[in-house]
This record gives sequence, structure tokens and C-alpha cells, in this order.
Amino acid sequence: MSGVRVLVGTRKGAFILTSDGKRTEWDVAGPHFGGWELYHLKGCPTEPDRVYASQSTSWFGQLVQRSDDGGQSWEPVGNDFHYEGVPGTHQWYDGTPHPWEFARVWHLEPSLNDPDTVYAGVEDAALFVSRDAGSTWQEISGLREHGSGPAWQPGAGGMCLHTIVLDPNDEQRMTVAISAAGVFRTDDAGATWRPINRGLHSEGIPDPDAEVGHCVHRIAMHPSSPDVLFMQKHWDVMRSDDGGESWHEVSGNLPSDFGFAIDVHAHEPGTVYVVPIKSDSEHYPPDGKLRVYRSRKGGDEWEALTNGLPQSNCYVNVLRDAMAVDSLDECGVYFGTTGGQVYASPDGGDTWAPIVRDLPAVLSVEVQTLP
Amino acid sequence: MIRVVLPAHLKTLARVTGEVTLPVGAPVTQRAVLDALEAQYPMLRGTIRDRTTQQRRAFVRFFGGEEDLSHESPDAPLPDAVAAGAEPFCVVGAMAGG
Repeated sequence: MSGVRVLVGTRKGAFILTSDGKRTEWDVAGPHFGGWELYHLKGCPTEPDRVYASQSTSWFGQLVQRSDDGGQSWEPVGNDFHYEGVPGTHQWYDGTPHPWEFARVWHLEPSLNDPDTVYAGVEDAALFVSRDAGSTWQEISGLREHGSGPAWQPGAGGMCLHTIVLDPNDEQRMTVAISAAGVFRTDDAGATWRPINRGLHSEGIPDPDAEVGHCVHRIAMHPSSPDVLFMQKHWDVMRSDDGGESWHEVSGNLPSDFGFAIDVHAHEPGTVYVVPIKSDSEHYPPDGKLRVYRSRKGGDEWEALTNGLPQSNCYVNVLRDAMAVDSLDECGVYFGTTGGQVYASPDGGDTWAPIVRDLPAVLSVEVQTLP
Repeated sequence: MIRVVLPAHLKTLARVTGEVTLPVGAPVTQRAVLDALEAQYPMLRGTIRDRTTQQRRAFVRFFGGEEDLSHESPDAPLPDAVAAGAEPFCVVGAMAGG
């Protein structure tokens, strides 16, 4: 029977949760790298036992670890992330120019085809690639240097490149998202980039419809419909049907359209999941009820999924990289909370149960479906 | 031989348990010790000092011979007791609550 491996990054280490296809009994391994922040772990689509992990602390900086046995053992690989050329400046919180400074790796995105190629989204916002399994990293500097970079500003969490969407039908196309700059796309494998934020409207910036400056939290795509993108923006759930050329709001009847995480059902390209959060100053669910919302119509019409989730006195957050789906016949949905719970639904969100309840604050959740 | 004490997380990363000993020629300076440390344990590169600027990371301190050497020039000679191996060169993670 096939199974799943859930890769969990937390404030104080990484945990690996495994189960068979029933997804009712779980083995919990960890902490790996105890005491370190694990912003993200992700496995290679073509070589599932190869897993990359971003490990950092304020004390000792950034490391990247690689496992070739599904997370049982790890080797530190390259951690030299230097910007190409003279990196120049972006805007600081007070509007003054501020030099680009590397802080950490927020997100690792292995290539869909080559296990030795992996992309890294970093703070201060830039995109790096390794073509030797993490040993060395080169900046894809066309993004930072395409023109709008000097106008980018950090959000409260830093100026991070946190989302990397690879087009399964077109190796040349890649879409990334930056807080608080917006969405950018390349159609020539990273040589040139342009902002694709038309239709985004953000009240918290001087020009609500500006070309850049939007605090995009996360983008999700179903591989069978790469032109359809779903976005959880700071406020607003958005959708694009043309690869990001234009966006329209699909928040519909959500109790709050603020949030971080968003994902798409593995087998239903029009079924989308979000976790509404009360507001940007109250990072917890509305009414103390932890509810995943599912739209089976690609947005606008949402239903609350509550079976098995706490419906009173719940004041946790679900961060942008902390939701994932598996691709078993009955799609599993997973998310982790800042309260240390990792919840799993083996039936597309109809019912939920915690896999673990008392981990450190969860930063990221990724799922591998194993043969 | 120069004796170096690493903080727990870096011992784990370097896969060592006790003190590290390093051959370092004269003059024995912070830079010379850290160069030798990183040459012997390359996984430590970037964890004690910035890979590009070579500056000490802000939350890392250097102690030796009961002195805080953190703000000394990286090219200043270390205390005689450290250079002679009588005292260790200590890499310390700054204390923090929470």
C-alpha cells in the first residue's frame, strides 16, 4: 500500500510524519536539527528520498541540509548565498534606500524534472538556483534587477521571496511571489522577469493598484491547469485564469479574506482550500474557531470544514507554507499551526484529526505521496 | 595546537563532542584560528562569521583567557595562554531568553 511522508518545519526543528495510505496511524520522527528554525523542507518529485531543508538561527545563520534517504540522515550542503554584482538597494520601512542583505532561505523548490536542481527563495528577496544538489548556489539576478527592485519594501515579516511555482508544461516559465512586492513571472527560464499584479488592490499601500508593492502571501496551482493560479493575498483571495496576467477576487462568503495558506485539491483543479485568519493584527481564526474553507467552484462560494477541528478558544495561526495536499486516490489535506498541531484530513477536508498536537510552532508542511 | 570550544549546536553540526584542536602557525589571531577551523570543518563556514564579509555574526562572541575578544581586530594576536594552548578559544552563542 502506498503511503505519505509529511515534512514539518518548526521554530525548533524538523519532524517527519509517516503513515500508510489509510492515514490514521502515524509515526513521528524528530526533532531533526533540534533548536534550529526550519523554514521549509521539500522532497524532489522525481527522487522522493531526496529532501532539501532550510535550517537557520539568528545565532549561526543559514544552512541547507540534504537527505538522500527520506530524511533519516542529513548532510549540510552549500550555504553561500551571495547576490550577483553590486546588489544595490531596496526601500526600507522608512522609505530610505537599504542595501540588499541576505538573511535566510524561506522556501526550497526542487525542479520537477532534475533532482540535482533546486530553487531557493530568500530574504532579502531574491531567487537562487543550485544545479548540483545544493552544493553551490547562483542568484537568478534577472528578477532582482528587472527594474522595480529598488521600489520593493519589506512586509512586517521581512522582504522575503516565499513562493516559487514551476510550470509543469513549460520549463521556461516560473512564477514567484514576494512580500511585499507582489508576483513576478519569467517565460525564459529566469533571464527576464516582469510583475504580474494587474487586478490586485491593496488598501495598505499609497497606490492601491500599483504595479508592485502588494503583500502576496501565497500562490497555489494545480499541475493540470497551470494558467489557473489561486492567491491568498494579505487581504483578499484572488484568482487568475491567464497565468497571472490579470487577477480577480474570489473571496466570496469567507468570514475573513485575510490569511496565509492556500492550496488546491490533488485531483480536482477547481477545489481550493484556505484558512481564514481574523485580521493582519489578529493572527488567529475568527471567533476562536479553526476552520478550513473549501470551494469546489474555484472560489467565491466557500464551505466551512470543521469536523475534528477545534471550534472554541482556538487562537493559533496557519502560516503560508504550512498547508499541503497528498495525491492518494482520496486526496489528503494537511496543515500545521503556530500552536504546534499538525492536522490531517484523509478525505479531502471532510474530517480532520491531529497527527501531533504539541510540536514547536509550525512554519511549513509539505507532503510526499510514496509508492 | 590551539584548543577551540564550540557551542552545542555547532558541535552537533561539526559532529564533534569535546574541544577541537587545530594546528595554527604564528601569529595566532582570530582570523587564523577561524580559517583553520573552517578548513577542518567546512560545514561551519558561514555559521560563525559572514561568508562574504568575514565579520563575526552578531550573536556570536569570542572568549579566551577570561577576556571577551569579540571586538578585537580579527588580525590582533590572541592572548598568550590561548596561543600556547593553555586556554581554549571559546566560540559562544549570545545568551537569550524566550
